[in-house]
This record gives sequence, structure tokens and C-alpha cells, in this order.
Amino acid sequence: MTARRGSIRHSIRLGCAADAAWDVVGTPERLPEWWLGIESCEVEGDTRTIQTRSGLPMPEKLLTIDHHQRRFQYRITAPLFVEHLSTIDVHDLDDGTCLTVYSVDAEPAVLALIIGGAARAALGHLPELLGTSGHR
Amino acid sequence: MGRKILLVTTDQQRYDTLACNGGTLSRTPVVDGLAAEGVRFERAHPQSVVCMPSRSTILTGQHPSTHGVWMNGVPLPADAPSVAEVLRSTGYRTALVGKAHFEPYFDPFLRFEENALSTNGTTPHGGSRRGFEHLETAAHGAIGPLHYSQWLIRTHPEAVGMYCRAIDDSLEVSAEPGGDNGAPQVKVNPIDRGIYHTDWVADRTIAWLDSLDADDDWFCWMSFPDPHHPWDPPESEVGRVDWREVPLPDGYPEDRTTREAIIDAKPRHWRAWYDGTLVSNYEAPADWVPATLTPDQVREVNARNAVEVELIDEALGRVLGRVAERGWGDDVDVVVTTDHGELQGDFGFLFKGPYHVDALMRLPLVWRPAPSTRAGGSTTPSVVTRPVGLVDLAPTFCAIAGIDPPEWMQGTALPVDDADAASRGFDRVLTEWDSELFGTDVHLRTMMRDRWVVTTYLPGTSHDGTEGELYDLVDDPLQRVNRWDDASWRPLRDDLVADLWDAQPEARAERLVLEAPV
Repeated sequence: MTARRGSIRHSIRLGCAADAAWDVVGTPERLPEWWLGIESCEVEGDTRTIQTRSGLPMPEKLLTIDHHQRRFQYRITAPLFVEHLSTIDVHDLDDGTCLTVYSVDAEPAVLALIIGGAARAALGHLPELLGTSGHR
Repeated sequence: MGRKILLVTTDQQRYDTLACNGGTLSRTPVVDGLAAEGVRFERAHPQSVVCMPSRSTILTGQHPSTHGVWMNGVPLPADAPSVAEVLRSTGYRTALVGKAHFEPYFDPFLRFEENALSTNGTTPHGGSRRGFEHLETAAHGAIGPLHYSQWLIRTHPEAVGMYCRAIDDSLEVSAEPGGDNGAPQVKVNPIDRGIYHTDWVADRTIAWLDSLDADDDWFCWMSFPDPHHPWDPPESEVGRVDWREVPLPDGYPEDRTTREAIIDAKPRHWRAWYDGTLVSNYEAPADWVPATLTPDQVREVNARNAVEVELIDEALGRVLGRVAERGWGDDVDVVVTTDHGELQGDFGFLFKGPYHVDALMRLPLVWRPAPSTRAGGSTTPSVVTRPVGLVDLAPTFCAIAGIDPPEWMQGTALPVDDADAASRGFDRVLTEWDSELFGTDVHLRTMMRDRWVVTTYLPGTSHDGTEGELYDLVDDPLQRVNRWDDASWRPLRDDLVADLWDAQPEARAERLVLEAPV
């Protein structure tokens, strides 16, 4: 980490199959279902544009949607960000449960905290959406 | 009809900025008058020296370890206990007008209701939030979703850019120089005084009071964002205090060698911040090096701060005038305090951080009990010299309302004089600091007891856990001589440290998570 760049990670263990969790977090159009505070979400090719509840447009470039690894990566390309990379991994724990990990790297560093904090809250909505248990 | 309660808080105000506490820069006749009729506290301490944990302590009556808001950016859970809810449940009408800050400001998704509320009005979902049936919010300028900002954008869009830009393009606290001397967070603000946030908070408080029935009991938390940086009071008012005539504060050693020797006798994160090699938190500009602070910058910051303090005093006077016009004057308890202090030049620093000295920990606190209680044998006016904490405010409000404080409150209703304080065990007050930001962590536990302030350090980025600070407030009121490593003081130090750990509050079972920088 440099003074300008921040790296944050949050996770949740879900009491459901990895494929069920991946079906939600690995589908870019489904973001508003589990990330509260997103007013709209449009996907066109490898571009996703979200509009936050505060009216902030946030264009994103979709980098990785890997159904085998269950890995989703994107960059926020809004001018506020010098650099950004978010990675969502869904790990199959081989016992009918899975671990969903949301990692955020950003410059300026405080944006990693802001996006990471919102991502943590979003992960917290997955159990209700999936009808399953969730443990941090 | 019972006693009404007006809680007046400012943000980041030092004890010595009030004339009744010996301050010489600001004229504060309104608070001085309340002190003359009530109780003035000489040793009121916060339980945290930053906003969110301290404000959460005021609301919950709990220490940060217990309510769980261990640093700025950690949101207070929505279901946290609240003295406002206790009062509301007994029939009090409740409002918070001004700065709340129980939830982080940086919130582009508006997932915190405090931030989202301004889009829906002033009545929270479900009729109340944290016990407040009316929430009308403001912060330090015109940016963001809070009510004041939205009002200013709507009604005076030309004024929005007049405020100091407190956050820079990197979303860090701005170090941009301003004013006559290039101090950080100083700006000439041409805004009209009538629409500056201090007067707005008073206006909106008056509007809420006007909405009440004459026989309502009420609890109003009027929360001014000033004199917290940025120091950008309305330009029309800046001439009240000419910075060129401001004496350097006693806490600022002008001689650099002396200053640095004092700092070097303190734990190493003091010098590291001074030299700009360690910024452990989000409470000061990351790009500002305290060693560059000049005497004239100290003077100008203190002058502008003094102007902001005067404006608050005048705004409070307007509100009290309206209270009197409503016929409530004899039935209102007024409590005036702040959430934490400001270094304001002490030791060569501005702003705040993990530095548990009087600049940040000694707070203004004045309680003017309802005049109607005097017939009941109140001992006021008086001065309390024994230590009290902001944790004691919530049970005080319960006592005023005639309610037994709930078990979850950790404080004790404020004493009315020293005899009362002694008889009810006001012997020590605790303050804590925890911060963890991008790999840098700092942890302090502090106790003020008798004439001493002792701080122990837990292991962290700059500390191995053996460091500490010990000051004798009688012989060394400026806390320049750290006695921690003085062998002759070891027995006292051991006694104080043992007492400090014995007195620690119960810690919250599940640690809350940092969700934003502030």
C-alpha cells in the first residue's frame, strides 16, 4: 500500500451453494438487487453505468466474469478515481456453503474505504436475498 | 408540565475559548451568563477526542468501548440506546438540529439515513430516528446531502462555493493554504452571515420550538458545526478579532528548539506527526506538516476560531430569547458543551488526533438548571473542579426529566457542586483512542484523576505497548513534562495505571467495522 492507495477486503460466509451466490454477484445487471443505494444500473457490452442514490453517476468497465473461478472484476472509471479495481470471489467450501469475498483497491485511498464499506453492507443483504444464513 | 432541556453542543471547541473559563479572545456573554446562574465545570472530559465516538457517548451515555464507535467512520448502530428515545418514550418532544454525525459523511449511496433524510424532509421513517422525531442536519460547509447544504444549494446557490473546500481532489482533508498567512483550512468566506450555518442552526431550532405547544415538554439538541475547521467564518465578522493582536497561546512554545524538545519527550507518534512522517488518522490534512506551522498562522487560526465562538454565543442568545418569549424561560435546563477540543497551536499542532492533552480533552461545560428549580434548594451557581465526562450527560437529562437512568447508561448525573461530586464518587474520568487506517494503528487509554492525567499505550504501528504519558496538572498545567519514565514517579504511575485498567468499561462483544474515513 502507498500513502495514496488503499486496499480493503470484506467477506461473508453464506449457507447456500456457491452457484446460488454466484448467480447473484456474478451477474452485473443484478447489482441493484443486493447493493442498496443504487438507483439504476445499465450494462452495455463491457460497460456498466450505475447511478447512486445521491445522484452520482459511476461508470464501470467490466474486466472479468469467470464462471469457472466464480470471479467478477471491474474498474470504476469515474474521474474521481485515479485507479480502482474491485474483485468479487465466491469460494465453494465443499459443505454446501460458500465464502463470498469483496476486495477493493483504489486511489485515492479513502475511496477504497467508501466503496469497501458500501460493499460490506451489500454483502450483508445477500442472506435475505438468497433466503439463507450469513456469517461474517 | 416538566423541565425542558436544551442541549447545546459545538464541535471541536477548547475550554479556554469561553470568557467564563478565562478566555480573552471571544466575547461570550450568553454562555458566561448561564455559567453565572448555573454550574461551570472546570474538568469536563470527552470519552473520545473525535466526533463520532464522542457524539455517540453523549447520545448513549456509554463509553466508546461499549457503544462500539471506536473511531470516526464507524457508524453507530441504528438500534443503539439513546437518551433521546428514553425521553421521547416518556412524552418529551425531541429534536436534533445541526451536526449529528452518528453515521459517516462519505456516503455516495445514501445508505445512512442521517444522510438520506434530507431528501425526505425532517421526520425520520417510522416517526423517529435514535429517539429524535425531528432531525435537521448540517455540517461544516455546503457540500453533501445534509439539510443545510440542500437548503443553501436551493436558495443561495451562489454561496455554495464561498465556503472553504475542506476536502481536496484526493478526498483528503485539504492542506490548501489560505487567509493572510497560508494556514491550512483557513479561507476568506464572503457568505452573508445570515445564511452561515451557525445562524441557520439557530433559525431552524427556533422554527422547531415554534412548532411546539406551550405545554409540551421537549428535549432539543442544538448542535453547531463550528468552531471545527475549516476556519472560514463570514468575512463581515472577521474584523471582530484582528489576528495581528492575538497573543500566542500559552500552549505554543514559540522557540523551535524548546518546542521540539517537549515533543520529543512524548511518545514517538507526536514527533512523527510533527515531521509529517506519520498521519495516523483522517483528522488532519495528510499533506500538512505541523513543523511548518508559523506563529502568525497560530494567531490567525485562533482569531478566526474566536469569531466563530462569538457567532455561536450570539446565535444561542437568539434561541434563548425565543425560549423566553414562549414563556419557557424558567423551565428550561440549558447544557452547553462540545464533543472534543482542538490543538489550536499547542505544542506546534493544529486539529486533533491521538494526543490526550488538555487541548483536546478539557472541554467547556456549563449547566444552567431551570431557574424554577432554585426554589427547590439548588446550590447553584457553583464551580465543579472534580472530573466529569460527557458520558454523564445522558443520565443528567434523565434526572432533569425525573426518570431513573436505564442500566445501560454508564455515567452519573452531573453534580451541582464539588461537595455533591465528592459524595457521589466523581473521582476519575476515562478517555480512549483507537484508530486503524490502512495499516496504521494507534491505541490509547487515558484517565484523569486528582491532579494527574495518565495515558497508557497499547501496541500499535508506532508503539510497543510500554510507552505512556503522565502529567501533573498542578505543577505542569501545560503538560510539557512527561513523567512517565521518571523513576521517582513510578509508584504513582503504577497506582494510576492499575486504577485506569480497573475502571475500564465493559467492551462491546462484537467489534463494529470501519465503513468510511469519516
